[in-house]
Amino acid sequence: MKRIEAINDFVIKFANVNGSGSASANELFAKAILRMGVSVSPRNIFPSNIQGLPTWYEARVSKRGYHGRRGGVDMMVAMNPQTWDADVAEIEPGGYLFYDSTRPMPKSKFRDDINVIGIPLTEISNNAYADPRERQLFKNIIYVGALSMLLDVEVSVFERLFAEQYKGKERLLDSNVQALNLGRDYVKENVAAPDLPLGIRVERSDFVGDQIFTDGNSAAALGFVYGGATVAAWYPITPSSSVPEAFQRYCDKFRVDAASGQHNYAIVQAEDEMASVGIAIGAGWNGARAFTATSGPGVSLMTEFIGLAYFAEIPVTIMNVQRGGPSTGMPTRTQQSDLIACAYASHGDTKHVLLFPDDPHECFEFAAMALDLADRLQTPIFVMSDLDIGMNQRLCKPFKWDAAREYDRGKVMSAADLESGREFARYKDVDGDGIAWRTLPGAHPTLGSYFTRGSTRDAYARYSERGPDYVYNVQRLLKKFKTAAGLVPQPELRPAQQTTRLGVIYFGSTSPAMIETLDILAAQGIHLDAMRLRAFPFPDSVERFIADHDLTYVVEQNRDAQMHTMLVSELDINPACLMRVLHFDGTPITAHFIARSIAKSAAASAIVAKNFPVQSEAA
Amino acid sequence: MTYLAKPHLHHPTLTRNKVGYTRRDYEGKISTLCAGCGHDSISAAIIQACWELDIEPHRVAKMSGIGCSSKTPDYFLGASHGFNTVHGRMPSVLTGANLANRDLLYLGISGDGDSASIGLGQFANAMRRGVRMAYIVENNGVYGLTKGQFSATADRGSKSKKGVINSDSAVDLVGIALQLGATYVARSFSGDKEQLVPLIKGALGHGGAAFIDVISPCVTFNNHVGSTKSYDYVREHNEAVNRIDFMDTHSEITTKYAAGSVVDVPHHDGTMLRLRKLHADYDPTDRLAAMAYMNERQAQGEVVTGLLFVDAHATDLHQALNTSSSPLNSLGVSQLNPGNKTLDKINAGLR
Repeated sequence: MKRIEAINDFVIKFANVNGSGSASANELFAKAILRMGVSVSPRNIFPSNIQGLPTWYEARVSKRGYHGRRGGVDMMVAMNPQTWDADVAEIEPGGYLFYDSTRPMPKSKFRDDINVIGIPLTEISNNAYADPRERQLFKNIIYVGALSMLLDVEVSVFERLFAEQYKGKERLLDSNVQALNLGRDYVKENVAAPDLPLGIRVERSDFVGDQIFTDGNSAAALGFVYGGATVAAWYPITPSSSVPEAFQRYCDKFRVDAASGQHNYAIVQAEDEMASVGIAIGAGWNGARAFTATSGPGVSLMTEFIGLAYFAEIPVTIMNVQRGGPSTGMPTRTQQSDLIACAYASHGDTKHVLLFPDDPHECFEFAAMALDLADRLQTPIFVMSDLDIGMNQRLCKPFKWDAAREYDRGKVMSAADLESGREFARYKDVDGDGIAWRTLPGAHPTLGSYFTRGSTRDAYARYSERGPDYVYNVQRLLKKFKTAAGLVPQPELRPAQQTTRLGVIYFGSTSPAMIETLDILAAQGIHLDAMRLRAFPFPDSVERFIADHDLTYVVEQNRDAQMHTMLVSELDINPACLMRVLHFDGTPITAHFIARSIAKSAAASAIVAKNFPVQSEAA
Repeated sequence: MTYLAKPHLHHPTLTRNKVGYTRRDYEGKISTLCAGCGHDSISAAIIQACWELDIEPHRVAKMSGIGCSSKTPDYFLGASHGFNTVHGRMPSVLTGANLANRDLLYLGISGDGDSASIGLGQFANAMRRGVRMAYIVENNGVYGLTKGQFSATADRGSKSKKGVINSDSAVDLVGIALQLGATYVARSFSGDKEQLVPLIKGALGHGGAAFIDVISPCVTFNNHVGSTKSYDYVREHNEAVNRIDFMDTHSEITTKYAAGSVVDVPHHDGTMLRLRKLHADYDPTDRLAAMAYMNERQAQGEVVTGLLFVDAHATDLHQALNTSSSPLNSLGVSQLNPGNKTLDKINAGLR
């Protein structure tokens, strides 16, 4: 029978029952591959549930360093009887099925075009352990041990990982090593060539280098620490809760004054999302750097407040770790479907700045940058992550901080500025960039106070319902938004290897799958210039990019092509110049999906292109 | 109502307080509320209280929600920063502002629509957390700006101006504040300045969450026969449990009081609240007794006023969070950024 042969290049998927302790065993497996110097990117596909429902962990091992989902499964570790049939069906022909063979399975439950490796995991575990909880937990380590043998992962790598994890808890260290060896020994004694090692396996490499392995949510939390956030308010919601939780952990470690023991931060778990953003806005008004983290349903609740912060011009940072919507939607699945809800949040004419990080490294950078932008622009700044980036560990560039970097506190008039006789007009555009100067409460005994509100006012913050005052103010806000386009992270360009009339626009968590897609398509002779958007508002370069191509694909993870809509309406683009590539089933987009979609469309549009002579090609 | 601006010049004979300000320095813009509105009396009481306390106006941050009451911060303390937020959400904004700078005094102004309906959750949670603030609800039992609908504090059986009888039972903010752990709870009447001014002073000097429910009749929509929030009704049913004298501890106490008629409550800022008891058996430092007393008297239709409960040893959210004694908004890179060495270590731990 055919078997898939690949070194350092395969997809392995673990099908588990949630609450069974499999998550940490699977993570151990992924980390061990990393320690072999081989690129791996795992993804949790988990239910909105605490115990008993199916959960999967898909690890992509890639010798080229692709971090996106590829599509397809080369090896299935089938530990969940509930999902057995679907799991077995998902394996690529020639792939591998690893299962617990303690209880015999009828022949009809298998396929004849895959390689089957049965290990009596329950039996091994039950023979070695008496305590039911230990039996369950160590069964997970036993399968990791068996897999490590089958895939050629060195045992010393595990020993080191255990030693780091259980430093000072030697008893746990020993028992984990023992469980791992139970699995390894069984394979050694009972599995013979050609099954040992498998056609897919791991070989020591030096691909990882100085990269780090972390998740977007804790990276963002660290970014907020480095960026100087002092007030955080939040309400628990999947998949964003681990942002404030990690912020708390980092603050406990790095923000406690050594001499006094006092905290240089304040974190409040509020009663709801409205209070969370209200607290952050109150702190921003009063000159502290503040953020809240939430997901789509939370943004819906915060919308009124976001309009207030936009109109009263209060700095605030909102981290939106997007999940599947609408309503409760798919709480534990990923989507990029809050773009319009955030870009235009609240009633009336509003526009907000959005940042689109594509990995944990950028989550760190953009979180810190968002605090600067919020102060500079005096407006809400959204960091638009999603579950795929936020809750999965990803290999990425190490965090960096420029030692000379100061926080940009924006236009704040001090007591001395006020004393100097400079005029203070809270809502007047004195610099021509649409951004007015503000003062902080308590700044000066007689100068610079103002009463701000969500209702209309003149340039001096005095209540006014006069049309010209209103128009001046909202036009200035529009000018400020233009200014923002120059301050936000600019798009990242990946030119095709040869001249092409096709372009593709993508952003956020689509990024790793897109990079792989570009290689797949180039190999098929389809070349695309690629532009990764990193923020909204769009700088002029986006418009030029679209104008420079006959057809630009817009790849996004939502049903309604929200980025496409924003491009068309904000840049007055002829929709015929854009082609949608949409993925929205809640799983992270795959390279195979994008490549298939674009290849099909490119083949169809090639006919049109032939009747359409293009000058640049002749030249 | 008044549309003539007051002159900016201050009369030279106006008395200055210890920090050099006259009473006029605590005023704000001309009120746009109806003539005779109870809210304007409360604004006047706030002005009086701040002047008497020698507070520098710019050391106060005034916040409000939405409604007639929430417009009033524009009408007092013109030299203070103010933030008129969204409906029912002043408590969260005030909480955030307070966290950012613990050195200012926070004055939250709200109404019964703002705090007892849409904002009940935020009101309750700010009390629970012990945010240090003076939270004043200007309570008239009616929606004025939208022309006379009942609010959630309207008593069951009371009559609207259009003759509708309210069938819902009333939200009692005082009872809720007591139950949720507010450490200074008072009720007063906008028409009783003598009682209200010291209560506001006590609230501003308090070390935790201070709440004052001020019955403040709406002269346009809720001052008729059949209303339980009219001037006449409140005057007839007002049952004050005590009177407060607010003093700093250094001033000599000259008045003689009958034994057992006075309760002294020292404040953390060195001031002292002296409560003259009007009911010998009322103990304002006993939360449970206060709740029982309130329930009993309210059932008889009385409007119990005065300082109903005070905990002299109140703590606040900053103490609970152990936040830095320097305001968080004053901290810079050196206190907030863990630096590159730490970042290198973090990176190393993620490999």
